[in-house]
Amino acid sequence: MAFYSEKVMKHFTNPRNVGEIKGADGIGEVGNPVCGDMMTFYIKVNNNKIEDVKFKTFGCGAAIAVSSIVSEMAFGKTIEEVMALTNADVAKALGGLPPNKMHCSNLGADALHKAVENYKSKKL
Amino acid sequence: MKQIYLDNQSNTRLDERVFDSMKPFFIEYYGNPQSIYSLGTISKDALESARCKVASLINADAGEIIFTSCGSESNNLAIKGVAEALKANGRHIIVSSIEHFSILNSVRRLEKEGFEVDSVPVDNKGNINELKLKEMLRKDTILVSVQYANPEIGTIQNIKKLVSIVKQSQNISDFVVFHTDAVSACGTIPVDVKDLGVDTLTFSASAIHGPRGAAALYINRGLKIIPQIDGGVQENSKRSGTENIPAIVGFGKACEIAKEELVSKSRFICKLRDRLISGLLNKVECIYLNGPQAQENRLPGNVNFSIEFIEGEALFLLLDAKGVMVGSGSACASKDLKLSHVLRAINVDVVIGQGSIVFTLSKFNTEKEMEYVLEEFPSIVKRLRDMSPLYSYFVQTGKKKVAGLGANFDEHCHCDL
Repeated sequence: MAFYSEKVMKHFTNPRNVGEIKGADGIGEVGNPVCGDMMTFYIKVNNNKIEDVKFKTFGCGAAIAVSSIVSEMAFGKTIEEVMALTNADVAKALGGLPPNKMHCSNLGADALHKAVENYKSKKL
Repeated sequence: MKQIYLDNQSNTRLDERVFDSMKPFFIEYYGNPQSIYSLGTISKDALESARCKVASLINADAGEIIFTSCGSESNNLAIKGVAEALKANGRHIIVSSIEHFSILNSVRRLEKEGFEVDSVPVDNKGNINELKLKEMLRKDTILVSVQYANPEIGTIQNIKKLVSIVKQSQNISDFVVFHTDAVSACGTIPVDVKDLGVDTLTFSASAIHGPRGAAALYINRGLKIIPQIDGGVQENSKRSGTENIPAIVGFGKACEIAKEELVSKSRFICKLRDRLISGLLNKVECIYLNGPQAQENRLPGNVNFSIEFIEGEALFLLLDAKGVMVGSGSACASKDLKLSHVLRAINVDVVIGQGSIVFTLSKFNTEKEMEYVLEEFPSIVKRLRDMSPLYSYFVQTGKKKVAGLGANFDEHCHCDL
């Protein structure tokens, strides 16, 4: 069996929504290059909904696939729905991740939450 | 799809001539060499003939070769067998910081049994710090182990000089044993045990286009070593267990071929290596060669680069998608998620080291393959850099996010492992 699921490989080799958003409403960064994984998420919010989302990721195949699918899952969702999204949901959506990648690379939901928190803090 | 195998440190492709030599010993000549009827004798003759060929590659006598199952077993036997034999004389052991895990974990076990272990540091190209080695030697030092050549960064040690430092030191007893793990050296560069003066030496068939399942430990005649497998009289009672005749015959053939082809193939592989190194340096910015320069003491087939701003596992997965198979020393590519101990030992920045990639070439590679890699590699790096926040930070600010020398992985890593 291959190291990564087919879905992970699909998102890794052809990631969706890579990039940055100029004038983003919220930016969230997690991870540390020392660990080998770092993700930055950019969101545009309109009417309490995620209108646009982009990311940049430094990391292994799993980290890039996680970022890609999280960006896809976030599109069009409300702030509340996005905040309810967990790292476990993300791993599940990818058809599972190798056990040693579950914690280190599976930071996509955290990065997205941070971007939302950043957005909320700006609104206050 | 194209298949370009550039991970010969993991395993080498079996030479067809080796395969042919092994074939009769599976279903035709399957006798046990310890049996004295004719079928056993054929196996016994094949075993001893292989022993001569294996010994000849390193200029040893056939009686000084013990067959084992793999390089790890040979290293275990050398380290634990010598330590057990000499423990009445002392309990101090010195190993280099870039040894193979079969050495590092063997001495770790001995530490638990009351031995004291010191690790000699290396410089930023992987060369043993000779001064430190000299300082570490003590009256109760019984064993020094230094890897002949490192498969990851390609550093070839001056073993002859290190042996003389150890053996001629004033502050040492005359029973000290020098072991070298020569798995990556034998068959690639000339190795002569008589010239080197080592006491024990490990080498393996699978590293030299031989089969898996056969390796050897050279034990200098007269040296006492305690067996680590209890059983019958095989291998002069130093390594019990029914001999793996097909694999040992293949090992013999592989050594014979390696000896014949050593000079010509090594020159050829060096040429491929140098083309790859200079080509990559020309085509990709912000990449750093790990280990010695090509014209220095570097293994013929070894190329190790850190590619800044990207991560090694992602890089080798995309190379694999193009049919190119390589290795990586990055943390994510390893099971324990830590940067390789070799890269840490040569003080590679932990962030830059994440993007490390190891190409290990063999005689089966071609110039055309190198050109293909040089064509595909830059666009793969660009693809990953275009999605890397570290790279966009660098492009926008001209600054790099680096951890700095000596940065600690565990302190920085926020993940719960």
